[in-house]
Amino acid sequence: MIRYLLTKILEALIAVWGVLTIVFFVTRIIGDPAALLLPLGASAEQIDALNAQLGLDRPLIEQYITYIGQVFQGDFGQSFQFGRPAMQVVLERMPATLELSTAAIILGTLIGAVAGSIAALKKGTMAELIVMIFALLGQATPVFWLGIMLILFFAVDLGWVPTGGYGTISHLILPAVTLAVFVCSSIARLLRSNLLDVLKEDYVRTARAKGLMPRTIFIWHVGRNALIPVVTMIGIITGELLGGSVVTETVFAWPGVGRLIIQAIEAKDFPVIQAGVALIAFIFVLINLAIDLLYGLLDPRIRERR
Amino acid sequence: MSAPLLEVRNLSVVFDTPAGTVHAVNDVSYTLHDGETLGIVGESGSGKSVHALSMVGLVPCPPGRIVSGEVLFEGRDLLKMPERDLCQLRGGRIGFVFQDPMTSLNPVLTVERQLMEPLLRHRNLSRSQAKSRAVELLELVGIPHAKERIRQYPHQFSGGMRQRVMIAIGIACDPKLLIADEATTALDVTVQAQVLDLVRDLKKRFGTTVIWITHDMGVVAGLADTVQVMYGGRIMERGPVGPIFKTPRSAYTWGLLRSLPHGEARTQRRLYQIPGQPPNLLDSQQGDPFAPRNEFATPRCFHEVPPLVQVPDSTSGHLVAAWYDLPMALRARQEKPA
Amino acid sequence: MKPFFSALFRSKAGLFGWIILIVFVAVAIAAPWLGLPNPIRGSLTARLAPPTWTGLFSPGPHPFGTDQLGRDILSRIVFGSRTTLLIACGAVVLGGIVGVTLGIIAGYFRGFVDSLLMRLVDIQLALPLMLLALLVVAAVGPSTTNLVIVLALTSWIRYARIVRGQVLAVREREFVLSAKAIGASTARIMFSHILPNILTPALVVATLELARVIIMDAALSFIGLGVQPPAPSWGRMLADGRTYISGAWWIVTFPGLAIVLTVLSVNLVGDWLRDYFDPRQRSVR
Repeated sequence: MIRYLLTKILEALIAVWGVLTIVFFVTRIIGDPAALLLPLGASAEQIDALNAQLGLDRPLIEQYITYIGQVFQGDFGQSFQFGRPAMQVVLERMPATLELSTAAIILGTLIGAVAGSIAALKKGTMAELIVMIFALLGQATPVFWLGIMLILFFAVDLGWVPTGGYGTISHLILPAVTLAVFVCSSIARLLRSNLLDVLKEDYVRTARAKGLMPRTIFIWHVGRNALIPVVTMIGIITGELLGGSVVTETVFAWPGVGRLIIQAIEAKDFPVIQAGVALIAFIFVLINLAIDLLYGLLDPRIRERR
Repeated sequence: MSAPLLEVRNLSVVFDTPAGTVHAVNDVSYTLHDGETLGIVGESGSGKSVHALSMVGLVPCPPGRIVSGEVLFEGRDLLKMPERDLCQLRGGRIGFVFQDPMTSLNPVLTVERQLMEPLLRHRNLSRSQAKSRAVELLELVGIPHAKERIRQYPHQFSGGMRQRVMIAIGIACDPKLLIADEATTALDVTVQAQVLDLVRDLKKRFGTTVIWITHDMGVVAGLADTVQVMYGGRIMERGPVGPIFKTPRSAYTWGLLRSLPHGEARTQRRLYQIPGQPPNLLDSQQGDPFAPRNEFATPRCFHEVPPLVQVPDSTSGHLVAAWYDLPMALRARQEKPA
Repeated sequence: MKPFFSALFRSKAGLFGWIILIVFVAVAIAAPWLGLPNPIRGSLTARLAPPTWTGLFSPGPHPFGTDQLGRDILSRIVFGSRTTLLIACGAVVLGGIVGVTLGIIAGYFRGFVDSLLMRLVDIQLALPLMLLALLVVAAVGPSTTNLVIVLALTSWIRYARIVRGQVLAVREREFVLSAKAIGASTARIMFSHILPNILTPALVVATLELARVIIMDAALSFIGLGVQPPAPSWGRMLADGRTYISGAWWIVTFPGLAIVLTVLSVNLVGDWLRDYFDPRQRSVR
C-alpha cells in the first residue's frame, strides 16, 4: 500500500509539472501583451520597455526556468489587469468554483446512484426506460444550453430564482442543478450497467447461497463491486466540471475561476491565465490522487498489482 | 429405513430464452437419506447443476422457471416455501460449495468477512465468537496460519486454498446437507485428491449428507455411496456405487466409464469418446434423449421416454431408464466376431 | 457477426439514432440547394420575429423565427451544421489517425516509447480538456483549421489508450506469434494482422468522440473562441441569443435543440455500433 501511495504521489507531481510546462509554452504564443496594455500607437521603444519590465524579452528557455522557479513558490507574477499577484486574484475566486462543483457532484452522484440502482433492479420495467431516456438526453445536452433553458423557465418566466450572480442559496440552485443533471446522467448509466454485470457474478450467487438478506447482498456484494468503476467516473466528471466551469460560470455570471480565466484571455492577462489553469489542474490532480487512493482501498487487487 | 432427508418429486425446470424454451430438467425424482453421499454425474448441460440450484431458489427467474415438482427437505416443500424461510435454510441447514472459487468468492472482501457472514446470519454468535469460529473453520479445512491468512483477500490464496475456503463457507453452520457443484473441477489432480480427502474426513466427523455434482466418474467412485447419472435433464441410471461401476445398465453410464483412464485402457487403447453432441434441449423431447448417440438404441428409444425402473434381479436401488438391455447387447456384440 | 440491417431494425434506439444522423448529414450537405434564406444577411425589418406557423404542416417564412439582425434561425442552424459537422469530423479523423498510430507504436514496441507516450497521456489528462482547448485556441486564434487541430488534440488520447490496450492483447495471440515465427516483418504484422483487430474499437471510440467534440466545439464558440462571425455557428447563436432571452426565447431554444439531437443521435449510433461489434458487452445497454 505504501508503495502504491508513493507511486501515485510521484505520478501526480509529474502531471502537475507537465501541466505547468504546457501552460507556459502555450500562453507565451498568445499575441503581444505589451501592445495590448499600452495605448494604441505606442512607440516601439515603449513596447520594448514594457516587455523588458515584464521579462518577456528574454529567451523563452530562460523565461521558462524563471517561471518554474517562481511557480514553486506560488508566484505566478503580477496580474496585468489588476496589478496584484495573479495567484491571489485566482485564489479569491476559487471558493465560488469549488462551492458550485462540490454541490453539483454531491447532488448529481446521489441522484445518479439512486436512478442507476432503480434502473438495474427494475430491469425491463417502465422505471428503467424512463431513467435511461433521461440519462441519454442528459448526456446529449450541453450544460451551458441546459443552463440557459433553465434560466429562461425558472428565472425569466417564473421568477423563482435569480438569473445569475452569487451569494445566497437561491443563486446556487440553478447552476448546481444544471451541472448535477450532467453528473447524474453519466453516473446513472454507468452504475446501471455495472450493477447488471455484477448481479450475474458467481460471488453474488455465493452470497445468496449463504442465505444473506437481500439488503446485505445488495450493499456488500453487488453495490460495493459496482461502485468501484463509478469512483473513477467521478474523477473524470470532476475534471469536466472544472474545465467546463469556464462556460457554465459565464452562463450564470458565477464569479469563479472559470469566468476569471475567460476575462483574462480577453485581456491577454498571462499571469492570471497561468495561475488559473495551473490551480484548476492542481486541484484536479489532487482529486484524482484521492480517487486513486480510494480505489486502492476499495479494491484490494489494485494495491498488490503496482 | 428412516424418513429421507431430501425427496425430489417430478422436478422440471425450463429456461425461457429468445431462441425458445430450454428444457433443462425433466421430471427428476429421487430420495436422499441422512448421512448418504450422492454423486450426480453428467456432461455440462445435463441439468445436474440446474436441478440442485433450482431446489433452493438459486436459479435466476427469469429466465429460469420451475414448471412442476416438489422438493421435500426434512418434510417441508422447498419450492412452496416463502423466500424468507428459504433464506434461513440456505447457508444454514443447506450449505453450498461452488465451482471455480476465483469467481465464486467476492474479490473485494476479506476471507474473514465472507466466512463470518453465514455465521452471523444463521447462528446467534457475537462478532468475536464468529471471528474465532471462522479461524477454527479455516484450520479445519487445512489452511496453515489460519489466524493471519484469514485477513487476506481471495486473490492472495492459491486455487486449492481458495477451494478450501469455499468449503469452509459451505460447512460454516454445520449444514445437514452439503451441495457441492463441480467443487474440484478447476483444481490440479493432486490438489483435487487433497480436497476429496478433506470432504471424506468431514463426512466421517460430522455425518453430513452430501450431494456431489461432477462430470468426473473417477471422483464419484471414491466418494459417493450412491451414483446418479444424468443426461438431457433426466436421470438415466441410479444405484449404489458398486453395481453401477461393475454392471452399468445405461449405455450412457457405460460410455462415461469407458472414457475413464484406468486398467488396460490406460496403456493399450485410445480413450473412448462418446460419439455425437450433447442434446439440444430446445426441442421438446421425444424418446430417450441419449438415443441419437447410443449405438445400442432400439427403435422404441426414439419415440418413447423410458421410465426409471428397478433393474431386474439386481441389488435393490439400482434403477435404469432404458428400453434396451445393455449387458445382453454387450454379450451379443462379443460373440459376433468383429 | 450479425447481418447489419436485421441487427439495426431490432434496436429501436439504434435505428432512431441512424435516421436522425443521416437526415442531419443529408440536410447539411444539401443546404445551399434547399432554398433557405441567406443565413448571414438578414432583413432589419424582420428583427426578432417569432416562429410563424399558420398550421401544423404549414410553416411561415421563418419557422424558427429570426434573430436580432433579422436573420432566419432555421437557415442559420442548417448552415451552422455544415461548420459543426466539418470541424467535428475533421477533428475526430485527425485525432483518430494520430491516436491510432501512436497507440499501435506504444503497444507494439512497448518499453521506453510506451512509457513515454503513456506519461504524456497522463500529463494531458491532468489538464481538463476544455482548458487545454481554450488555451490553445486563445493562443493560435479561432480559424476552422485551428479548431480542427485543437479538438483533435483533445481527442487522440482516447484512441491511443484503447488501441494500445488492444495491441497489447492481440500481439500475444497465436496468429501474431505464428506470423512472427514464419518470419513476417514487423510492418507486415502490424498492418495485416493487428490493424484489422483494432479498427472496430477505434470506430466505436470515434463515434463517442464525435459527440464529445460537437459539444466542445459548441462550448468554444459559445465563449467566443469558435468560428468567427458572421459565419453561423450553433454555440455563437446561443451566446448571442442570451441577450434577448427575456423577449425572444426562440433564438436560444432551437440551436440548442439541434445540438442535443445531433449529439443524441451520434451517441445512440455509437452505443449501437459497440453492441453490434461486441455482443459480449450487450448488458452495457
